[in-house]
Amino acid sequence: MLTTAPAKYRRKRIDPLVVLVFFLLAGVTAMLGRTICIMPQQMPGLENEVARHLHNSGVASPVTAVLLNFRGYDTLLEVMVLFLAVLGVWSLTRATFVGYMGDVSPVQLAMVRLLAPFMFLVAAYLVWQGSHLAGGAFQGGAVLGGAGVLMLITDLPWLPMVPARPLRCGLALGPVVFLSVALGCLIWSGGFLVYPLQAAAFLLVLIEAACALSIGLTLAALFVGGRPYGELMEEQPYEGGSGQGDE
Amino acid sequence: MMSTNLLYSLTGLVLFALGLYALIVCSHLLRKILASNIMSSGVFLMLVSTAYRAGNGKIDPVPHAMVLTGIVVSVSATALALVLACRVQETSNVTLVREEYQHDTSGA
Amino acid sequence: MLIFDADAWIICPIVFPLAASIFFFLSRRTGPVAAPVAALATGVSIIILLRQLLLFGPRHYYIGGWQAPLGITLRFDGPAVLMLAMTGLTGIGITLYARGYFSFRIAAPKRVGRHERQERFFWPLWMMLWAAMNGLFLSSDIFNLYVTMELVSIAAVALAALSGKPASQIAAIRYLLVSFLGSLSYLLGVVFLYKTYGILDLDMLQDIAGAAPGTRVALALITIGLLLKTALFPMHFWLPPAHANALAPVSAILSGLVVKGSFYLLFRFWFEVFSGAISIGALNMLGILGAGAILWGALQAMRQQRLKLLVAYSTVSQLGYLFIAFPLASLEGNMKVWGAVIFMAMAHACAKSAMFMAAGTIYLHIGHDRINELVGIRAYLPVTALAYAIAGVNLMGLPPSGGFIAKWLLLSASFNSMQWWWGVVVMVGSLLASVYVYRVVCQLFIIPEGYTIKKQYPRSHLLEWPAFTLALISLLLGLFAPYPLHILTIGSSNVATIIPGGPP
Repeated sequence: MLTTAPAKYRRKRIDPLVVLVFFLLAGVTAMLGRTICIMPQQMPGLENEVARHLHNSGVASPVTAVLLNFRGYDTLLEVMVLFLAVLGVWSLTRATFVGYMGDVSPVQLAMVRLLAPFMFLVAAYLVWQGSHLAGGAFQGGAVLGGAGVLMLITDLPWLPMVPARPLRCGLALGPVVFLSVALGCLIWSGGFLVYPLQAAAFLLVLIEAACALSIGLTLAALFVGGRPYGELMEEQPYEGGSGQGDE
Repeated sequence: MMSTNLLYSLTGLVLFALGLYALIVCSHLLRKILASNIMSSGVFLMLVSTAYRAGNGKIDPVPHAMVLTGIVVSVSATALALVLACRVQETSNVTLVREEYQHDTSGA
Repeated sequence: MLIFDADAWIICPIVFPLAASIFFFLSRRTGPVAAPVAALATGVSIIILLRQLLLFGPRHYYIGGWQAPLGITLRFDGPAVLMLAMTGLTGIGITLYARGYFSFRIAAPKRVGRHERQERFFWPLWMMLWAAMNGLFLSSDIFNLYVTMELVSIAAVALAALSGKPASQIAAIRYLLVSFLGSLSYLLGVVFLYKTYGILDLDMLQDIAGAAPGTRVALALITIGLLLKTALFPMHFWLPPAHANALAPVSAILSGLVVKGSFYLLFRFWFEVFSGAISIGALNMLGILGAGAILWGALQAMRQQRLKLLVAYSTVSQLGYLFIAFPLASLEGNMKVWGAVIFMAMAHACAKSAMFMAAGTIYLHIGHDRINELVGIRAYLPVTALAYAIAGVNLMGLPPSGGFIAKWLLLSASFNSMQWWWGVVVMVGSLLASVYVYRVVCQLFIIPEGYTIKKQYPRSHLLEWPAFTLALISLLLGLFAPYPLHILTIGSSNVATIIPGGPP
């Protein structure tokens, strides 16, 4: 739509409002930049605190320790944000994209068949590696999501037939596991998200694995951009024939 | 180096401002969504640059975790915005409000 | 080894709705049945928190056992618990109303499947929103607040778009972009704060935040972000369409609760955390914007032809009163102004959700909400009409409503601090409010001669009584004014420890 702009669009008159916005923003940015320049540059953050408590966190990687232990509540809510995104997207529309995007070349098909299992392996490795080096649930989940998107655009025949119930359970797995571990800690060691020291490493890996799976599924589901056909099928036998809009 | 931190912070600020400009000026929904993504990238760049510590190679892990959280939040919001924009275009075809308005006035 | 710490009740208002949300997503049929149970459980946990506050005073809860600079702290004090109570009360009412609303619509369907979809997704979204609101009131960590705010706004946007009408979807995407912009501005402020102080905990920031160059910039960015989300006057453009085009229970949630969340944060940032960095000029600026909101919102509300739009514009107007409190708080003792703000927020939450529920019930029964054609509603929806009228009394600020107490506190603060002009704005705003309230109430209660009821629907108690109860609560709130004001003094650190007398 934008590529075929007629000639008169090219010679746009300059909107005075746009100029005003430009200069206003430039001024504000300059002020903010000046503040950054005069601010002290090397304030100590929380790295010493993290280093002091790292041995009690159950993992060796400081980022993972912050993510899942010290600020685990943030991450719990963040997993909920992803879950909420799927909820929101599914509430809006049914999936119109079922994976078919023109002809799939045999090369692509073969490549994806080779790549997808490999990507699953990489994802699992990233999750496991997260406990001592860079990596973790989100990195692993992103790779899983990428594998899911690849499989979706390659039109694998079994994908549209994934039943809705296991899909729902997979999407909710991460939030459920995280929340139950957090509540289990409440009962076991007396505080929300207070991991018992001897079990911390195991619990963190458990949470990471469950979250990675859910994140991968979530990203693929967001790519599809609507609830799958199995979802709500029983309740709305007639909606299929009534076109797109349910206004 | 002192200036490393500063460089990334200022770049992040400029990205934020560019995104904000586009968010205000562009009328196309897709561009607005892209603009907000650029803004969030700018903020994340600034945030992650605070983790940099000169010299000993140690970093502050807290901003890393915050950026990771922020990215996930922004992905979720973007996904919802994109699907919502598609729905808006399907049901009422208003993604190109200004362009179409110009079309109508020029044709009439 | 099984221990259950009594302090751990503080997470229950967050965890109960969160778990309920996941559960309703997994099992699609349980929503209508189990939602009132989840709502009640949340309400009970809030009551227990309130009791703990009265017994032990304000508390901090360290999540994961990590103390402040490293971990995330939850805290509950007077204002936080009062806001929780507001959310809980309104939330239970909305949950019951939503049950009645959806079962009514499913019983008389226009298009098969649509209402089932809406109900199916309403419950998990609403429970998630509720959990996030509670998290927002309890959290004491600036980055965690960002995450809870995003949870609130994503859930709110999805709910706003749930009705599926093109108008509601356009409003929803505008709402999403605005609130995303607000969040980013807030996050940029957080970045500046972290750059300056290297900590994220609100209480620690309060101790060390001075007038460093980074602090003012951070406060400005945070304020702009939160103002966008609160829809203060020049930034209110997204609010009326988003609130007016949503489903009725959703409108009640958005207008009654969601805007209060960001306002509450704003107030805490200005008067607790950064009270050292604010200037009189900035306070007066916010007061002027608030005055603009009161007048402009009321004038727009008077002009509207549709009931739900009128109610939405009245939200814009009522939000203005909350900002009038800003310039007053600087000179007058904070106590009165905190009291006024909390009262205003609580009374408005109850009254506004009752109004939107009543408007929704009317819409369901007669199929439109054009104000000029609303005559005779009283004949077959007497309870709803009465609920609307009582909620209107609260908006006008007549005694003994909660709105009256709030406005009285604002007025006395403005005259005591020799800033009488704010008091004049409050009075003019109330006068305008009475105009737009009477405009509708007159229509509702007129029964023209020869009027016959066209169509009889089955009576649904769940549609009528929650709205009436909430309206009644907002009306009677004024009679119990000393009680919430007493709770308020328990928690907040810089509130003067004068225990106020009864309502004036």
